[in-house]
Amino acid sequence: MSDIAKIIQVSGTAVPIRGNDIDTDRIIPARYLKEVTFARMGEYPFFDERFDASGKLKPHPLNDPQYKGASILFVNKNFGCGSSREHAPQALYRYGIHAIVGESFAAIFAGNCTMMGVPTVTVSHEQVELMMKAVEQNPRTQFIVDIEKKTITFGEQRIVIDLPETYRSALISGSWDSTALLRANLAQVKKTASQLPYMNGFAG
Amino acid sequence: MAGRTLYDKIWESHTVCMLPTGQTQLFIGLHLIHEITTAPAFDMLREKGMDIAFPERTFATVDHIVPTDIRSRPFLDAEAEELTQALEKNVKQFGVEFFGLESANQGIVHVIGPQLGLTQPGMTLACGDSHTSTHGAFGTLAFGIGTSQVRDVLATQTLAMDKLKVRRINVNGALGIGVYAKDVILNIIRRLGVGGGKGFAYEYGGAVIDKMNMEERMTVCNMSIEGGALVGYVNPDATTFEYLKGRPHVPSGAAFVRAVVYWESIASDPDAQYDDIVNLDGKEIEPTVTWGINPGQAVGISEKLPIPEEYADPDGAKKAYEHMGWQPGAPILGTPINVAFIGSCTNGRLADLRAAAKIAKGRKVKAGIRALVVPGSAEVKKLAEQEGLDEIFTAAGFQWREAGCSMCLAMNPDKLSGREISASSSNRNFIGRQGSPQGRTLLMSPAMVAAAALNGKVVDVRDYQ
Repeated sequence: MSDIAKIIQVSGTAVPIRGNDIDTDRIIPARYLKEVTFARMGEYPFFDERFDASGKLKPHPLNDPQYKGASILFVNKNFGCGSSREHAPQALYRYGIHAIVGESFAAIFAGNCTMMGVPTVTVSHEQVELMMKAVEQNPRTQFIVDIEKKTITFGEQRIVIDLPETYRSALISGSWDSTALLRANLAQVKKTASQLPYMNGFAG
Repeated sequence: MAGRTLYDKIWESHTVCMLPTGQTQLFIGLHLIHEITTAPAFDMLREKGMDIAFPERTFATVDHIVPTDIRSRPFLDAEAEELTQALEKNVKQFGVEFFGLESANQGIVHVIGPQLGLTQPGMTLACGDSHTSTHGAFGTLAFGIGTSQVRDVLATQTLAMDKLKVRRINVNGALGIGVYAKDVILNIIRRLGVGGGKGFAYEYGGAVIDKMNMEERMTVCNMSIEGGALVGYVNPDATTFEYLKGRPHVPSGAAFVRAVVYWESIASDPDAQYDDIVNLDGKEIEPTVTWGINPGQAVGISEKLPIPEEYADPDGAKKAYEHMGWQPGAPILGTPINVAFIGSCTNGRLADLRAAAKIAKGRKVKAGIRALVVPGSAEVKKLAEQEGLDEIFTAAGFQWREAGCSMCLAMNPDKLSGREISASSSNRNFIGRQGSPQGRTLLMSPAMVAAAALNGKVVDVRDYQ
């Protein structure tokens, strides 16, 4: 998969969005799913939490100028639960978020992120609190999320991160966009299909 | 050798190979698509010059965005029209069978798959919608997927997947009168948490599940994802086979007999090994209502709302109270409502409409309450009308609509406005879910929604039995 970038490290400043069980409806309201492409999704992350009905800014980390330009997002537990809408990670990615660090992630959301080349990595509650506080105290703090070494470093600190080994492998080998990988085995796919009795309508 | 679960058996028979990443390439027997999550996937196929690997295993419909009152084209909503046209163009170009607005088979994708007999035991199934877990009611491994995965299924009829653990959930004993499948799954989620199913497939069993009909099992499996489980299923049994017999895509005659042999063979073995086992007692389950902003924030109808400091996630409870505006410790009983919604892939099937109609029959919706009944499919609508359910609902003051997802996620014109409170038979009470960023949702069974509509407030449906 030589045409796909290897995701070894994501570095930059960070933005914290606190709270457990932040669902994908909050990340991107359903009305934006009516657009035919993902092209404008970067305008919408957390739209209803960032803007009131008249379009006026509400207090939200993504509206806070001190976090402008952040490429890493810190979250708590079960981030991205609910709807399978890929529009949610697309919105965050196109807004500029290239890695998400949290206590845990919903399954479909984490899978969607990985297939877009966006690592979702986990740390303990205490560790994410430590990093959220660090960024709140100094929003210019530079973080390096190293997928290959499974660490986050900032200042003098070094934290060990976790992510499924299959996701790590896909990211660092540049095979996270799986279509070509899967398509290479089409002959074997047809063989597997031919052995399933329902594929020929249970014909004797 | 220890016995195997249904999950193990289907996983094994559908494995194509181990990928270099360590993931399994899994064959997908059935792919269901709809208008919302597919357009970019088809664009990606066009960009890469690929076709659909198994077009005969892909079926399409329109559900999320369709108006449920006036359905004439072009839709008043230009974006909805554009998205629908994109799907119409894509299914034509790529040769996919399509149940469009005019089709007698149109409906919510998770209602029509089972209804047509497309969904069968021992199969893998994928759809770009998290409630795909619904199809697990048939003993199917059914995965809700994102758009990039839709692209992969179109291009290869496979997915790169990681194997899950299996948690057996036994619902033992029996349910009381006025307690429904919706109450069962809300209690499972309340007990195990909205993130508790992460990394697991949920296998539902026990006397309560065994006794359920297919529509009830679909309600339970539908909300597996609300408990964080990507997959939920029930082992196929005589109830399953009876439901499937004679449906359009189910084999008949000798082939049906062979199908049943296969379906029986893929059920979990009696000595199957599980990674976790959870037991619930059916008789302890009350009619249940959500009070917060996720489906795990639920209470029995006789309970009081929790005190945040005593709650598992105090900050989550505080956030919920901030949005909902209730007082901790108040009863859920008597909470006022403005809107009643009966429908969705969770509770928009014939059995759901019958249960709600039984409560509504001969009674009137409270003045000022907007009450909608939205059948899950054109077929459900037709069958309900043959039984006269539409007349019961309209006589009571409910609006009787065309099939679609409607106010479950409010991508069509059916929406809450402002701070309205909705009693809803749908699956999510997330902030803004029903179309108003300030709107509030109380999830409950369809019968409970009907009873709430009559009273303009949350009541105990057992008082109507």
